[in-house]
Amino acid sequence: MATISLARKPGWGELLGGGPLASIVLRLVFVAAFDAFAIFTGWQLLRGAVAPLAVVLWLVALAVTIVFLRRDAMPLRWIMPGLAFMVMMHIYPVLFTIYTAFTNYGDGHLIERTTAIRQIESQVYLPPDAKTYTWLPYEAPDGSYALWLTSAEGDQYFATSTGEVYTRQELEAQGVEFDAEGKPVAVGAYTSIPANRRFAVLPMLQPLTFGNVEQGVKITSPTRAGQVRQKYVYDPRQDAMIDQETGVVYANVRGTFTSPDGQTLIPGFPVVIGVDNFRRLLTSPALRGPLVTIFTWTVVFAAMTVLTTFVLGLLLALALNEPDLPLRRTIRVLMIVPYALPAFISVLIWRGMFNPVIGIIGSQWDPGWFSSPIFAKVGILIVNLWLGYPYMFLITTGALQSIPSDLYEAAKVDGASGFQQFWRITLPLLLVAVGPLLVGSFAFNFNNFTIIQLYNNGGPPIPGTPTPAGYTDILISYTYKLAFGGGRGADLGLAAAISIVIFLIVGAITIANFRYTGMLEEVSESV
Amino acid sequence: MSERATTSKKVGSLQAQRRFNIAWRLVVAVLAIGFSLFPVVLILSTSINPISQVTVTQLIPDNATLNNFRRMLTDEQFPFARWVWNSIKVSGLTSLLVVALTSLAAFSFSRFRFRLRKPLLRAVLLIQVFPNILAVTALFLILLNIGRIYPGFGLNSHFGLILVYLGGAMGFNTWLMKGFFDTIPRELDEAAYIDGASSWYTFTRVIFPLVRPILAVIFILTFIGTYADYLLARVILTDKNMYTVAVGLSLFIGEQYSQRWNLFAAGALMAALPTLILFYLIQNQLQSGLTVGAVKG
Repeated sequence: MATISLARKPGWGELLGGGPLASIVLRLVFVAAFDAFAIFTGWQLLRGAVAPLAVVLWLVALAVTIVFLRRDAMPLRWIMPGLAFMVMMHIYPVLFTIYTAFTNYGDGHLIERTTAIRQIESQVYLPPDAKTYTWLPYEAPDGSYALWLTSAEGDQYFATSTGEVYTRQELEAQGVEFDAEGKPVAVGAYTSIPANRRFAVLPMLQPLTFGNVEQGVKITSPTRAGQVRQKYVYDPRQDAMIDQETGVVYANVRGTFTSPDGQTLIPGFPVVIGVDNFRRLLTSPALRGPLVTIFTWTVVFAAMTVLTTFVLGLLLALALNEPDLPLRRTIRVLMIVPYALPAFISVLIWRGMFNPVIGIIGSQWDPGWFSSPIFAKVGILIVNLWLGYPYMFLITTGALQSIPSDLYEAAKVDGASGFQQFWRITLPLLLVAVGPLLVGSFAFNFNNFTIIQLYNNGGPPIPGTPTPAGYTDILISYTYKLAFGGGRGADLGLAAAISIVIFLIVGAITIANFRYTGMLEEVSESV
Repeated sequence: MSERATTSKKVGSLQAQRRFNIAWRLVVAVLAIGFSLFPVVLILSTSINPISQVTVTQLIPDNATLNNFRRMLTDEQFPFARWVWNSIKVSGLTSLLVVALTSLAAFSFSRFRFRLRKPLLRAVLLIQVFPNILAVTALFLILLNIGRIYPGFGLNSHFGLILVYLGGAMGFNTWLMKGFFDTIPRELDEAAYIDGASSWYTFTRVIFPLVRPILAVIFILTFIGTYADYLLARVILTDKNMYTVAVGLSLFIGEQYSQRWNLFAAGALMAALPTLILFYLIQNQLQSGLTVGAVKG
């Protein structure tokens, strides 16, 4: 194929990726459209202060442009669409998670730095020498309020609680009508509140600031309002917030502006804190306790699941792998029903069966299927045995059928007993065949969030832990609780740190598995 | 005479042995089927029970009714039909796109030789080592930011969820498919090229029809996997009407669980139907080595 293309005379088309004119045009239009989309989206992301995502998007766009305009990159064009999704939605999130593990991202440190500074700077205070206005109230159907303000000098303007400010001149230019008292009849959705209701709305108006930092007021009395001033100003030289009212300097301490006597300003922003999250995991006794429990259970859960499902699946495969058995196909179809049901449904059904009030099992015998640390674990293992053994039955049946029968004949000639045949021939050969699948099953169950979360949300809770943790939590469900709150706040940095621990464990297992099966070597060998 | 007797006795005992051999295996089979089907039978029985009963006393309850199914489909409190439709929509679109993305990539990996081929093929597999559900916080934040620009692709949107699923699309699927593409003789495409066909034409007209079985298997496996996803859907979808059936049905384990047990049973059966059908369509492929990456349970 390459020889054919080389034989052709190079021209402008070659520079643009080669091929017939129609396909060149099509490709140019596609690349232009995609780049336009990427530039626009990336620019919007930058404005929203999400620079890393914008950079990744632009890198993808650059790759797309190169791949589609260079002839020698033609094979990559086919791979690019899938690759683009992989980079944006898999590689970038994983890298971001790794980065997050080294930050204090979480409650109190959720908003990006510039946004946090902007929010703090929008706070105002009412100085004692404030310029005063008389005010008349307005309300809108959506529950927001506004004031018509008149100063002693005769300046008039309209300020809303949502931050808008209009001078009298601006309102006149917009064609707003004014009544005999000289106040506007209505501004947009805002209508005047009659004098007899003014006291009724006073409590609602008092906490509000009308207008913005540059031109805003707060109500000081039933008739007067005072002009506010910006309370905090950011000083980039000191990297600190300065309180305009008191002169106190709030220095940036690990992403929170903090005064010398320990007062903090909200919101904070995430900063890199190095290996602190990992150090906390290893050294903080309050965190280490549940983590050790959870880690141990994660390993026990995954290992016991593989062991129980494999043993039951294998025994059944041995029993049913008999050519003379009638209805073999029907038996198989009925037996693997649990494998065919979506796991979330199966877990919910079992949860119902264990329920102490309505459950067919729980109402007869309830040793604490959900409340006892031990029996909750036993319950989960039973459910997972039910879910998983048909899969093991299927793969071991397949493997059994592929063991050559002359091996058994030879063993019989040598006088080996049935048990010896199983132990010396069947099991070793079987393990070679299904071993990688067992490791795969271990890795899968290591992160089997669905069963843990749906069976009992990881409960019963471990008492006295600083983070939400339960006796049946595995690492992934614990991470989920840390990140998305169990009522005690989100600690995304710590969650990410645990994610990395899982990455390392599961990654090591899987790579070892690839090595063993030669899957990686296959790359270089395949034609 | 005596010789004949011993032979027939031997034959008889051999037959008895054979009969015993089959009999105990059948007993094991019945027990296994019992274990497998017992929860399913229970759910079937509960789903046609007019009252949310504590224990099952008879397989077909008194006054058996289909009312639970009707209520699940029409009750305002649970937009159940909507959840199932959401799930089918999300899983169907995801599977379709996964098949498209991976078949394109697999064609290239199988048919072209280029510098980045080996590193890319290896990378695609190694990335799978780090499941993207572990980066769920990061995915949440990405969708939050995308949603500010394109609300239809952000948090609480089905397309946002599909984007996330597509991120994990490559990997094993590409490998599986490339392996299958490799088994199709290259003489076929070479013949097409000699006839002046472009690689796109060769892919769509020559190769594509031949790889349909593997495309179907990957479609179904992806569908089943996506349909059963709970974690990502739970994190990304926040509005009750947007839920997939996995997230929606989990609402039933709230406080009134015991009063709605029969309703849940009807819902569970209906929700299981789509993947149950698909599963039995590819049953035989599941047993062969074809689906090495597809672990469940």
